[in-house]
Amino acid sequence: MLAYVIRRVFMSIPILFGSTILVFLIVKFSGDPLEGLKLRNPPPPPQTILNEERRLRLDQPLWEQYWLWLKNLVLHGDFGPSVHSNMNIGNELGDRLLVTLRLVLVSVLIALIFAVITGVVSAVKQYSVTDYSFTFLGFLFLAMPSFWFAILLKSAGIAYNQATGTQTFFTIGDKSPFLVDDSAWGNIKDIAGHMVLPTIALGLISYAAWSRFQRAAMLEVLNSDYVRLARAKGLRSRQVLVRHALRTALIPLTTVTALDIAALLGGAVITERVFQWHGLGEFLLTSIAGRDAYAMMGWLLVSAIIVIIFNLIADLMYSVLDPRIRYE
Amino acid sequence: MSEIRASSVTPGTPQPTSPTGAAEREFTVKERSQFQQAVRRFLRHRLAVASLVVFILIVLLAFVGPLLWKYTYTDITPDNSQPPSLAHPFGTDSLGHDGFAQVLRGLQQSVKVALCIALVASTLGVVWGGISGYYKGLADSVLMRFADLVLTIPAIALAAALGSTGGGTWWMIALILGGLSAPLVARAVRGVVLSLREQEFVEAARALGASDTRIILRHLVPNAFAVVIVYATLLVASGILAETALSYIGFGVHSPDTSLGLLISQAQSAVQTRPWLFYFPGLFIILIALTVNFIGDGLRDALDPRQTRQRR
Amino acid sequence: MTAEINIQSGRKAGDGAAVLEVENLTVEFPTEDGVVQAVRGVSYRLAPGEAMGIVGESGSGKSVTSMAIMGLLPKTARISGSVRFRGEELLGRSENEYAAVRGKKIAMIFQDPLTSLNPVYTVGRQIAEAILAHNDVSKKAAMDRAVELLATVGIPFPEQRANNYPHEMSGGMRQRVVIAIAMANDPDVIIADEPTTALDVTVQAQVLEALEAARAATGAALVLITHDLGVIAGHADRICVMYAGKLVEKGTVDQVFYEPRMPYTLGLLGSLPRLDEGGRERLTPIVGSPPSLMNLPPGCPFTPRCPLAQPVCEEREPDLYATDAPAHLSACHFHEKLVGVSAAQLFRPTSVDTEGVTPRDLEVQQ
Repeated sequence: MLAYVIRRVFMSIPILFGSTILVFLIVKFSGDPLEGLKLRNPPPPPQTILNEERRLRLDQPLWEQYWLWLKNLVLHGDFGPSVHSNMNIGNELGDRLLVTLRLVLVSVLIALIFAVITGVVSAVKQYSVTDYSFTFLGFLFLAMPSFWFAILLKSAGIAYNQATGTQTFFTIGDKSPFLVDDSAWGNIKDIAGHMVLPTIALGLISYAAWSRFQRAAMLEVLNSDYVRLARAKGLRSRQVLVRHALRTALIPLTTVTALDIAALLGGAVITERVFQWHGLGEFLLTSIAGRDAYAMMGWLLVSAIIVIIFNLIADLMYSVLDPRIRYE
Repeated sequence: MSEIRASSVTPGTPQPTSPTGAAEREFTVKERSQFQQAVRRFLRHRLAVASLVVFILIVLLAFVGPLLWKYTYTDITPDNSQPPSLAHPFGTDSLGHDGFAQVLRGLQQSVKVALCIALVASTLGVVWGGISGYYKGLADSVLMRFADLVLTIPAIALAAALGSTGGGTWWMIALILGGLSAPLVARAVRGVVLSLREQEFVEAARALGASDTRIILRHLVPNAFAVVIVYATLLVASGILAETALSYIGFGVHSPDTSLGLLISQAQSAVQTRPWLFYFPGLFIILIALTVNFIGDGLRDALDPRQTRQRR
Repeated sequence: MTAEINIQSGRKAGDGAAVLEVENLTVEFPTEDGVVQAVRGVSYRLAPGEAMGIVGESGSGKSVTSMAIMGLLPKTARISGSVRFRGEELLGRSENEYAAVRGKKIAMIFQDPLTSLNPVYTVGRQIAEAILAHNDVSKKAAMDRAVELLATVGIPFPEQRANNYPHEMSGGMRQRVVIAIAMANDPDVIIADEPTTALDVTVQAQVLEALEAARAATGAALVLITHDLGVIAGHADRICVMYAGKLVEKGTVDQVFYEPRMPYTLGLLGSLPRLDEGGRERLTPIVGSPPSLMNLPPGCPFTPRCPLAQPVCEEREPDLYATDAPAHLSACHFHEKLVGVSAAQLFRPTSVDTEGVTPRDLEVQQ
């Protein structure tokens, strides 16, 4: 098992490598990061521009720029210079990673729990009113643009706050700038309060997709020969449902969840934008707007590593859930 | 259980086409009847048919509507911030733009982008996955690793990075998003081709001396068609969501042109004061994505009856 | 000859001590295209310890009949008639009331051992689960019993094998595990639905042996469903022949094998290679294919394939008539004409693909 994990980690290196080259090239061809500086009025002294070019290694050939970035990253953990001279890309990524991961993980968890419940109920009560309602809701959520729904949630939260004259929902930021109750408990309450609406907004689409998937998986298992044999043995319906049907129908969901992580990180970009969180998403958008090549590559590296880790976890889960799969 | 299934299948239920090279005429006859059966099954799917009608009406509205409506999306009327009325069914914004004209234009751009995404992604995906599945070996490894790579990176990040170069023209956005969706289609097509190429009728064709091109065009492509058409349909839905999201974060369609996503983005601060600016474009996005998903569902049932039985 | 003893046990059934009585069982499936009449009025009685075979082509309703008896059909199925276990009606019971009967009183073995076992649990656990479902014993005791059962069905090294997952076993082994599950609670009836069809010929004998061992250990009556007449001949006392959802001939093995009184049975026997005839007889297939069970026309459903067909066959469906032999029934208007007729006399030997052919086609050819 350990050997398998190590091999998988090594196998993912080319993907990481390839994706950084891809993004590096895209950013390099997307424009000049010093455009803003050069167009400034009155124009800055030529020496300033030269200094900036040297600091951002723009005076070097393209392959040298990439090589320097890679070498410094591997040897010194240095993510390279940012367009914003006072920003350390590595530190900034670390701070924001915690914010975004919090959002993504909690959304995944909530979406999974609800998806499994509704999927199972829908499958067991196939063609009932409940099933049709869940199905319709699923289709509706899948068709809803996530940012539109997020804005809707946010304005509903604001409207509720105004109507009740309370601060029930937090609609801006990932935490309060300053707290009256600055204890650990106070901080947890504050962070959790800020998470309510964004996690719902982010988790909704995954929930819709996964509940559809879980319903299909469950239906397939319910029609399987071994569930029939379990019933023929004389097991109670609840035992058949939980021990035989649900247990096996959960296996494919692990793969689907892992595959959707990249999309969820993308979704987090939008959710963070709506709720004005200072997470990885905001970092990405400002980096792109500023043509901040190394910042983008740093972002990419972090998100690719998250995706790869999730896939690895899913594979390991799979081998735990399904005895037919054994990794040597 | 097997017996129930066997007996509920009527003798006319089409099996996957297994044309042999020898009986060319029979093959075409069989195909047409299959097509007719698919149409029949689709028509029985009432929700899908209704969705198709609604979707066609929306497309007509997007392309014919602007020609008939009294305002264009750039016109500035003397009415500012008007709620919906007879003169302005979707209200006006703070500058006096007619909401209906703006939504029509946004609809047109978004639908155009979504349809192109589906076209680009499925064309590219068929070639990509077809080559990969048919030739296997090195070509397959390289192409599939590249697909993995593209899929590891959140699409919206790549699209935003690429979109910031593209200058916000609708066809650039369609190309970018289409290209980024192609690996999904490629994977599916590869899977179909891999399983098909091992089947007897392909071996038979090969034994009869059919060329690679002939096998791909006459045997593999028609059989992969069902999968591709369903994917293409669903890509229209995910395409419109991707385009509007991209425009929302500012890397899609730019002002002065507009799209449904951009309209929502511009209206987000006015949800409470001028809600009509926010709701109408959103409802159209939902309507398009919803109807397209239902159409895709109906198509899947119509084209692949075996899958239906499993799914339902 | 074991047949004589078996006839006696068959008589015992007539005395009212039947362990399982199926009466006029009808199963219909509503579908989009119409109602499928999968089972159309099947009746039989099973005496304690008796072995009865049901033969028929796939789609003739054999499996649906037994699934209806077990209460395992989907909720959409419309079931009517009566199924009584030791005089107690089973149809109409709630799912959990039915669960008390399943496995405990009536056990079932399914066709495909590769898919019958849950891939994520060890076989020992799956057997123990059957025991725990009906007995208040410890898990340890149930596992010990599971190992014993594995030994009974002839699995070597049962202690180790109990900890295997299904995918670590061959098809024949897995089917023996399924048999062990079936006998776990000492049932009175075991229904085996094509237990050897999915297996290699070499393994079939071992599995049938395991089935016999299970019968010997439990004393259960057996309903053996198969399309393999050879299996029936060796393991059943009585035979029911099923066609298009109905029983068309009933009798002892000897009666049905040597004096068939229904053209369909004759056809089945004629399509079976026989070693005892010196290999000189040619095989005589039944032309055509079984009818769709949707919108069946009136009359005998075998008419289109029957060489004896007369206008009356298209008008009226025959009941099960008593023949000259006791307890030998046949659903043919002309069963009397079949006395002493061989398959080769009725059906023509042919070597063409018979799927789309009707009897008339053959006449034109010759």
